[in-house]
Amino acid sequence: MKFISRTMLGGMVAGAMALATIGLAQATDIAGAGATFPYPIYAKWADSYKKETGDSLNYQSIGSGGGIKQIKAKTVTFGASDMPLKAEDLEAAGLIQFPMVMGGVVPVVNLDGIQPGGITLSGEVLSQIFQGKIAAWNDDAIKALNPGVELPSSAIAVVHRSDGSGTTFIFTDYLSKVSPNWKGEVGAATSVQWPVGIGAKGNEGVANNVKQTKGSIGYVEYAYAKQNGLTHAKLLNKDGKAVSPEAPTFQAAAANADWKGTPGFNVILTDEPGADSWPISGATFILMHKKAANPEESAAALKFFAWAYKNGDAAAEELAYVPMPDDVVALVEEAWKQVVGPDGNPVFKGM
Amino acid sequence: MTQDVLAKGRNVDRARTLKRFNTMDAAFRGVTFSAAVLVLVLLGGVIVALVEGSLPAWRAFGFGFLTTESWNPVTERFGALAPIYGTVVTSIIALILAVPVGLGIAIFLTELCPAFLRRPIGIAIELLAGIPSIIYGIWGLFVFAPFLQVYVQPALINLFGDIPVLNSLFAGPPYGIGILTASLILAIMILPFITAITRDVFETTPPMLKESAYGLGCTTWEVVYKVVLPFTRVGVIGGVMLGLGRALGETMAVTFVIGNAHRISASILAPGTTISASIANEFTEAVGDLYTSSLIALGLILFIITFIVLAAARYMLMRIERRLGN
Repeated sequence: MKFISRTMLGGMVAGAMALATIGLAQATDIAGAGATFPYPIYAKWADSYKKETGDSLNYQSIGSGGGIKQIKAKTVTFGASDMPLKAEDLEAAGLIQFPMVMGGVVPVVNLDGIQPGGITLSGEVLSQIFQGKIAAWNDDAIKALNPGVELPSSAIAVVHRSDGSGTTFIFTDYLSKVSPNWKGEVGAATSVQWPVGIGAKGNEGVANNVKQTKGSIGYVEYAYAKQNGLTHAKLLNKDGKAVSPEAPTFQAAAANADWKGTPGFNVILTDEPGADSWPISGATFILMHKKAANPEESAAALKFFAWAYKNGDAAAEELAYVPMPDDVVALVEEAWKQVVGPDGNPVFKGM
Repeated sequence: MTQDVLAKGRNVDRARTLKRFNTMDAAFRGVTFSAAVLVLVLLGGVIVALVEGSLPAWRAFGFGFLTTESWNPVTERFGALAPIYGTVVTSIIALILAVPVGLGIAIFLTELCPAFLRRPIGIAIELLAGIPSIIYGIWGLFVFAPFLQVYVQPALINLFGDIPVLNSLFAGPPYGIGILTASLILAIMILPFITAITRDVFETTPPMLKESAYGLGCTTWEVVYKVVLPFTRVGVIGGVMLGLGRALGETMAVTFVIGNAHRISASILAPGTTISASIANEFTEAVGDLYTSSLIALGLILFIITFIVLAAARYMLMRIERRLGN
């Protein structure tokens, strides 16, 4: 009995000490949670940042909805979401929002004999495929867009995300913009009622299912399509030009966005005009409280973001993300002045 | 004088010892009683939390929540029919597949197996039960589903293509993942539970009974069917119910291979969803109170389904026992 209680006591003391050390270590951590779409680049930035400054970033990629919930519950210093909040929602929750990095969502297919970019789709056709109205690859609508391409008669196996995700929001937002029918029957959100197809968890789940299933089509964040060697489709953009998903076309879409005139940076980069614009582009956003509960942590987070804007472009491009243009960064850094400590002064005073 | 003192001392000792025994007894009773009460309190807490969390959904959709197939986060219209259907159908198919195989293995191990094979097979079955469900999920997604997709599902679709009813039950396209794949994975997962428990109860059959039956000239089949199974009926049903319980609540493995679509399809090759898979998939991203509440309501429904299944099993056992008593 005595022995047991002594061991238990010892264990408890050791446990408490372990907890205390973790607690101490986390005090210098920057804690964030949210979108899975930018996770690869945040992880890469965090790695370089830690080497340079010793400060570490603890980012949990739990999905955009989770990020919004956690920042509202104040369990993290910043939340991340691919779906920007509306200005009035930001106001109500006492949050500011700014875009961190941009990227593209791409339709990927698995068809024998079709190379990447070997098939072209339009927004309307894409929406009908994901509604089950176009059910075979040799449908006239797909043939008309791809003269001379050998298309099989097999059924189209649709793959979508099963978990709620910012990627889904960007994709369905695009389909809603190009197809009134989609807008009326399905709509745009981080998760929707899919009329057909199978749901796979995460970008990697969709990538894997498309890879495995002949005659399938899905949508993933561009980096995943690239890493998995998936066959992406070209898309007709708003100007009627067929474009491939790649950094310059994402950038072209971003160049047309009106960051300055939109309150709360609530800009969605889908279906942007411009001959080179990739139609399913999107930015990913950071959410922070205006009244910092812990000014030091908020300042540390902003310091990290400032570092990432300044030093992170090469890493972003390497992973096929698009860095924010300098004038947008200037606007964002202006907006950071709204993040104040208890004394009413901005917590971040520049690098 | 000295004897008096001694006797007194002895008496005091005895009284003290008895008192100590009494306190220890009381303490023991107290500890075990509070452990038992703790279960009730915990269960009550879970029920209260589920009911309270799901109230907004019940208020918004009422009884229709149970009978609607729609699951639309955009318009916030939610119905639980598709996940309920998926949960029940996958569990039933899993049971249909796993019970005969599990009983077969158990009978083989106890009645027919050569002694040197008994241990390795027994250990293999226990290991099968110890594999975490996420491993089954990954294996199902990367190995089993592609195998079904390439070899089994196209064959099923072709085989039943011309037979009415069956051709809609096995309709394409062969995704590889879907209701059938999930059911098969579940069957593999619950198999060791059914086998291990039935094997253990089979071994409780008194050898005398079996030997007498053999002595009367019974075949092995007759001994199993007429002696072992009737003798162990309660335990066998218990094992099957434990398997069913696991099948109803299994989450990760199913999430990987069921296709996660809130639809009810005639085809068992088509994707579907279960209650626990829906919750696991959507809870972190459920924005808005009604969405979250609907997911919690799904949890409550699963709780009630499990309760009904267990109650039905108890009732069945009670009736069997009563009939045997008469």
